[in-house]
Amino acid sequence: MNSVLVPQAGTGISVGVRGVRKVFPGGIAAVDSIDLDVKPGEFIALLGPSGCGKSTLLRMIAGLETPDSGSIDLNAGRISFVFQDAHLLPWRNALNNVALPLELMGMDRAKRLSEAATALKLVGLDDALDRYPAALSGGMRMRVSLARALVTNPALLLLDEPFAALDEITRHELDEELHKLWSNRRMTVMFVTHSIIEATFLAERAIVFTRRPARVILDHTLHLPARRTPSLRTDTQFSTQMRILFEALEQGY
Amino acid sequence: MNIRTMVEKVLPPILPVLVAGVAAEIAVRAHWVKPYLVPAPSSVIAALFNNWRELGSATWTTADAALTGFAMSAITGVLLAIALSSSPWVQRALYPYAVFFQTVPIIAVAPLIVIWFGLPRTPIVSAFIVSIFPVIANTLTGLLSTDPALRDLFRLYDAKRMPTLFKLQLPFALPHMFTGLRIAGGLAVIGAIVGEFINGQGIGGYIDVSRQRYLVDKVFAGLLMASLIGVALFITINLLSRLALRHWHASESRA
Repeated sequence: MNSVLVPQAGTGISVGVRGVRKVFPGGIAAVDSIDLDVKPGEFIALLGPSGCGKSTLLRMIAGLETPDSGSIDLNAGRISFVFQDAHLLPWRNALNNVALPLELMGMDRAKRLSEAATALKLVGLDDALDRYPAALSGGMRMRVSLARALVTNPALLLLDEPFAALDEITRHELDEELHKLWSNRRMTVMFVTHSIIEATFLAERAIVFTRRPARVILDHTLHLPARRTPSLRTDTQFSTQMRILFEALEQGY
Repeated sequence: MNIRTMVEKVLPPILPVLVAGVAAEIAVRAHWVKPYLVPAPSSVIAALFNNWRELGSATWTTADAALTGFAMSAITGVLLAIALSSSPWVQRALYPYAVFFQTVPIIAVAPLIVIWFGLPRTPIVSAFIVSIFPVIANTLTGLLSTDPALRDLFRLYDAKRMPTLFKLQLPFALPHMFTGLRIAGGLAVIGAIVGEFINGQGIGGYIDVSRQRYLVDKVFAGLLMASLIGVALFITINLLSRLALRHWHASESRA
């Protein structure tokens, strides 16, 4: 099949953040002198207290905001962004919502709809193609949002506390699926969260930030098996890793 | 619809009219009020039927003027709102004048309309002038209240101005736009009748002539037809709104 969705190993790009600083109007620094190197295909969790500026960093990497000083180096490649809430177009059904990025890129209708259907299948929503967002649960809406991000086969996937508004069970479920998707595709993932469990479960490497302005206080490679199963969350090894992140978070508070 | 829901839905709005009508009828027949001040409802209905040809063509004339003025303000209003939403600079430059335009009393501008556009076109122009502002104001609010995250999403995929307008901003503005159109519909009828008071055509002319002869029943018959136009327009706009929004907007998605 000649689909952009066929998983290809090593499709991720590297991200280099050098001395990035961002001051909001009013003089409050959101992000201060951050250096960060993300290798192609890495899954990174950005962990920090709410409102610490980690979202601002993510937005700068996406090109939605420009740093006041410093630079961000990205290799060429598609970027997708998943927001805190699903943010779907309410007048479009699931299929047409997912097809939107391809539509804006100018892909013809038949092709973009078939790609969108494939992406929805990937997130387990192949039976809800023609449903409108108002008729979907919060978790399903988030899946549609995820499918919309995946439909372009991004080299870099940025997620800004995407599952924060969901109940814990749904969140764990989506965490597991996201990890599986990443294992198959190996795009670079940067995942902003304030949940220690989520960061530990998902990431290969976790960056812990201080309170505003955000500075890196810990850059930790998680010593956990590559395959993440639900039962891992109750493992002693898991809690040891969580503890390391927890202590850094406390220290930066 | 069964009898019960019929009674529950249709009766409440009819009841006040019935009560008021019966009260007026009694009051006139008992000579509590002068029939040349308040007509008996029965004589209003009689006036409606006896003058049907004259009243019917007057209604048609007024409806035509109101609808034309309304259509003009719907199109121009939406286009102006799009222009205003395009940049804060344009908005600052033009919006105050739109507000100013709205505060000028139509009756006071009417003589100017006659001079500039001639008597026959006065009702249309006056309907247009009074009904355009709610379209501009509401559509603009809608265009400016687009979800910022979705704006970001469109930016992320390098969406150009036109796709952003048609695929994001305008659909988002639709519920607001319909609110503006609903208000504009009623105002257009008022504007048309104000114009007709001056050029003597349509329901406005009919009411004015009847007033001069103290034929209050005919005045009321004219009033009834005028509000019928407004109601018909309102129902049509509601139907369109329902069609456009039923899948997604809370205001129209009740079962």
